Amino acid sequence: MMLITCPWCGRRAQTEFSYIDDATARRPNMDSVNEAEHFKFVYERDSRRGVQYELWHHHAGCGKFFKIHRDTITHEIHATSKLSNGFLEGVK
Amino acid sequence: MTRYSIFSLARNALSNHQNWPKVWRSPEPKSRYEIVIIGGGGHGLATAYYLAKNHGIKNVAVVEKGWLGGGNTGRNTTIVRSNYGQPGNTLFYEKSMQLWEGLSKDLNYNVMMSHRGVLNLAHNDAQIDAFQRRGNTMRINNIDAEWLSLNQVQVLVPLLNCSSRTRFPVKGGLLQPRAGTARHDAVAWGFARGADKYGIDIIQNCEVTGIDVHAGEVKGVQTTRGPIRATKVATAVAGHTAHLCEMVGMRMPLETHVLQAMVSEPIKPCLNTVVTSGAAHVYISQSDKGELVFGGDLDFYPSYAQRGNFPRIEDVAQNVVSLFPAFGRLRLMRTWGGIMDMSMDGSPIISTSHIKGFFINGGWCYGGFKATPGSGWVYAHTIANDAPHELNIKFALNRFESGALIDESGNGATAKAH
Repeated sequence: MMLITCPWCGRRAQTEFSYIDDATARRPNMDSVNEAEHFKFVYERDSRRGVQYELWHHHAGCGKFFKIHRDTITHEIHATSKLSNGFLEGVK
Repeated sequence: MTRYSIFSLARNALSNHQNWPKVWRSPEPKSRYEIVIIGGGGHGLATAYYLAKNHGIKNVAVVEKGWLGGGNTGRNTTIVRSNYGQPGNTLFYEKSMQLWEGLSKDLNYNVMMSHRGVLNLAHNDAQIDAFQRRGNTMRINNIDAEWLSLNQVQVLVPLLNCSSRTRFPVKGGLLQPRAGTARHDAVAWGFARGADKYGIDIIQNCEVTGIDVHAGEVKGVQTTRGPIRATKVATAVAGHTAHLCEMVGMRMPLETHVLQAMVSEPIKPCLNTVVTSGAAHVYISQSDKGELVFGGDLDFYPSYAQRGNFPRIEDVAQNVVSLFPAFGRLRLMRTWGGIMDMSMDGSPIISTSHIKGFFINGGWCYGGFKATPGSGWVYAHTIANDAPHELNIKFALNRFESGALIDESGNGATAKAH
């Protein structure tokens, strides 16, 4: 069982949460995006082997989305944060 | 190589089975091969075997970072079936099914293919419609499929709880009688022995650390046992396709997840078919050793860990007990995890790439084992001819860009939902 610290509710069991997506993915500007860029956004993933930034949903708790810095090899969670702070600044 | 037969068995019995030759050689890697296959699981070894057998290409190495069949080939729930409904899948999996039917004889190695049938349980009207449609699709393609009423299901699987008071009441089921199970380790070993017979080098404990590409053309691989030059390099590393392709700068329409499976303690024969339920998402069979083999959903978060967490084990066990209350008395003996390439439409990729001489076989999601011989057959053709076989033309990597998806479940580009 992973224990995940929701930035609003504190430490809870993983069963209260669901993984949503790569937190570094950015929807391209739909007014100017070309087909190739749009395809990359919809279909391609980094599938990082190691530490990555993820978006999770506290579906059985406060219902909020938040960010997790997690290792996909060890399942270790290094940090969690609200969407609003600068957790991902400087990250590609 | 000794041909296995009643005579070789008798001959070796005379010397107390002390003198059986090694099943395959373990050669040192040569500096150059025509083709290097990355991944010594079922798909990689089957590809090597059919490259030699069907195309006469024997200057081939299979490089494996661990031991043969130590990845998903040895971690699946051994189910073999061809009950797919989408164009592209239906005939490909049926080709694989036909190869399974003759595989033990062809390989001269008993893969213990047991045609015990696979039964998909339907729990509501919408599933009945969808399953019957899929069954009809199979039948017009000359694939066996039978619709079973609730009573017929109960007769076939006496231990199944068919009352109306369960979590997911059973309404009927789609049976593929020829489907079944095979011994997964034997599949890897049989193909390895078959490929080795043709002189193909199988190199274990040899991890690929880089792929050499020059001017858009593949030149070879870097490994933990030194560089190996090759005209063609083909991946068969499902679970690790994404980060292997990253070595050549390709970003894949894949997300990597962990899928768990588990077995109960062994008991006397009580379940003589494979039972699956899409509503509960669980699949159950009994191994020849007597263990009940279960699998269910992914853990639903990206992982390369080859192990999952307890919530999913509990969920699968609950679903098993809901369908088979009697199994609640059993103890769980072992659980394990395997790494899945989850593709964006739930179907595999067997494809050429924009790099000359670089081929990709991956994206098998939950279901690579059943495809092992068929995948090897068409992948060998693709590699030998630099062009796909008619059965894998729809599994091209560029289908995500062109929109020609093969999405059995209709979930779109949400990898974990397939």
